[in-house]
Amino acid sequence: MRREFAQWAETAGVADPAFLFLTGDLGFDALERVREKLGPRFINAGVSEQNMISMAAGLAQQGLKPLCYSIAPFAVFRAYEQIRIDLALHNLNVKIVGNGGGYGYGIMGATHHALEDIAVLSVLPNFRCLVPLCNADVPGACASLMEQPGPGYLRLGFGAWPAQAAPLGPFQPLRRIAGAPGRPGRLTVVGLGPILLNVLPLAAEYPDMDVFAAAEIPLGDLAPVLASLQHSRKLLVIEEHAPRGGLGEYLAAAVARTGTPFQLCHHHAAGYPGGLYGSQSYHQKASGLDTASLKGSIARILGS
Amino acid sequence: MMRGSLASLNAARRECALEMLKMYRRANAGHIGSSLSCLEILVDLCFNRARPEDHVILSKGHAAAALYTTLKLSGRLEEAELDSFYREGTSLPAHPPCSRVFAAIPFGTGSLGHGLSLGVGLALSNRYTGRAFDTYVVLSDGDCNEGSTWEGAAFAAHHRLSNLVAIVDVNSIQGFGRCEDVLDNGRLAEKWRSFGFAVTEAEDGNSFASLERAFAQGVGAAGPRCILARTVKGHGVSYMEDTVAWHYLPMSEDQYDQAVRETLALA
Repeated sequence: MRREFAQWAETAGVADPAFLFLTGDLGFDALERVREKLGPRFINAGVSEQNMISMAAGLAQQGLKPLCYSIAPFAVFRAYEQIRIDLALHNLNVKIVGNGGGYGYGIMGATHHALEDIAVLSVLPNFRCLVPLCNADVPGACASLMEQPGPGYLRLGFGAWPAQAAPLGPFQPLRRIAGAPGRPGRLTVVGLGPILLNVLPLAAEYPDMDVFAAAEIPLGDLAPVLASLQHSRKLLVIEEHAPRGGLGEYLAAAVARTGTPFQLCHHHAAGYPGGLYGSQSYHQKASGLDTASLKGSIARILGS
Repeated sequence: MMRGSLASLNAARRECALEMLKMYRRANAGHIGSSLSCLEILVDLCFNRARPEDHVILSKGHAAAALYTTLKLSGRLEEAELDSFYREGTSLPAHPPCSRVFAAIPFGTGSLGHGLSLGVGLALSNRYTGRAFDTYVVLSDGDCNEGSTWEGAAFAAHHRLSNLVAIVDVNSIQGFGRCEDVLDNGRLAEKWRSFGFAVTEAEDGNSFASLERAFAQGVGAAGPRCILARTVKGHGVSYMEDTVAWHYLPMSEDQYDQAVRETLALA
């Protein structure tokens, strides 16, 4: 998604003189054209995330539109108090873009993974968290992020929409990507971001699933998910995120508040079982987020 | 450049100190020593040095009463009610609010280490908006413990933000002890200078004349400036001066009366 993001930033930045691109000294082989096109509006803040965020607050206070980029954990966790106080509590128009959300940086190890980013940001006042489903979603997600003033976070990952699949259509915070709206499903599946692509190969085999791609937390309109749950009463949530504070707990609470009875099956990041490391795919498999593991759960839930 | 006379600044200082003491007494609140420590710095900025378009950020947000008082009495915070300080439902809490309801208080502060970087952002914004203003950030010894302060300092110097002035209220006392015993900031002038700031010192940071000399010496610097104001915590109230305790304690009625008498007697 980084390439799509860079292309969007180049275009958006050239079009809007208030747009400022700040980076925490990252972007090799991706942001060179953005740097070239934006000139002095491309600011390398150095390896100093705390200053980058607070400084962005100062820039936004003057009506500018700063966007702060780094590897996801560095952007979020290193400067969390600055994000909480200077951005969220002040409701200032600063966007944060974290590359490689979840296990995206794979064998780089735990320091480079972001498994709790949505949890810590989505609880902040005024904060929107966006997680595009796939590469093609990135421009739409960026546009959505920017069109609403205030603080926000974009988590970039990896994932291409299958060429053989039906066209995806424009970005939306919540989209049905499998299952027919008018036909009662037996299982409601909701996933956050590109990890949901791991369930797509199973859609044909299990046509009774209603599959939704969630791309924003908090979600505004849960009506399609609630309508599906009215029939299925079974909710499978998939996310490359820690079990606490992510989409699973968010949805479980939101659905419970409606009084809709349901059973929750939650596939989430498991951390580092055994203290072992590997690629993003390795960690997904170790967490039960790979297609085979998901198929096992789906088959069990549907009794087939 | 000094716009007000020393006599008028001293009069403003007295007026602000009396109002501030009244606020603290009414609220039965602490942080009095911290506010008295930097009161002359804020009076100098609000009554004398800062133009209407300039920004003042109090990074040491625990001295909020000094900020509120000097902003209000200098006419920069007309809409605020000092009487409401600390009261339920106030817009003037113990630390400057994050609510952005007052133009003169662009940022809420209170957790140390934020102010300089916020000021860096304001100062940097001029290059993109075409606006021209100076940004003054008032920091504490404790602020200089925070790594984030030095991140901001490095950036400000690298980008030669000559419209940024950091004023450190060096009263040599921090949260739970004297700086030299807790986490010595060491040779602070050398630190700021080595980061690329033009550093001048006010040997008596509670004196307007000393502050003026320090400001004047830094004029024309090609990059950001730092003024180290050597102050006394609790300045002007004998029993508060240079003590850790008056970072926290509220005044009794007798202590308040004495503080008022000593303030009135101060030249």
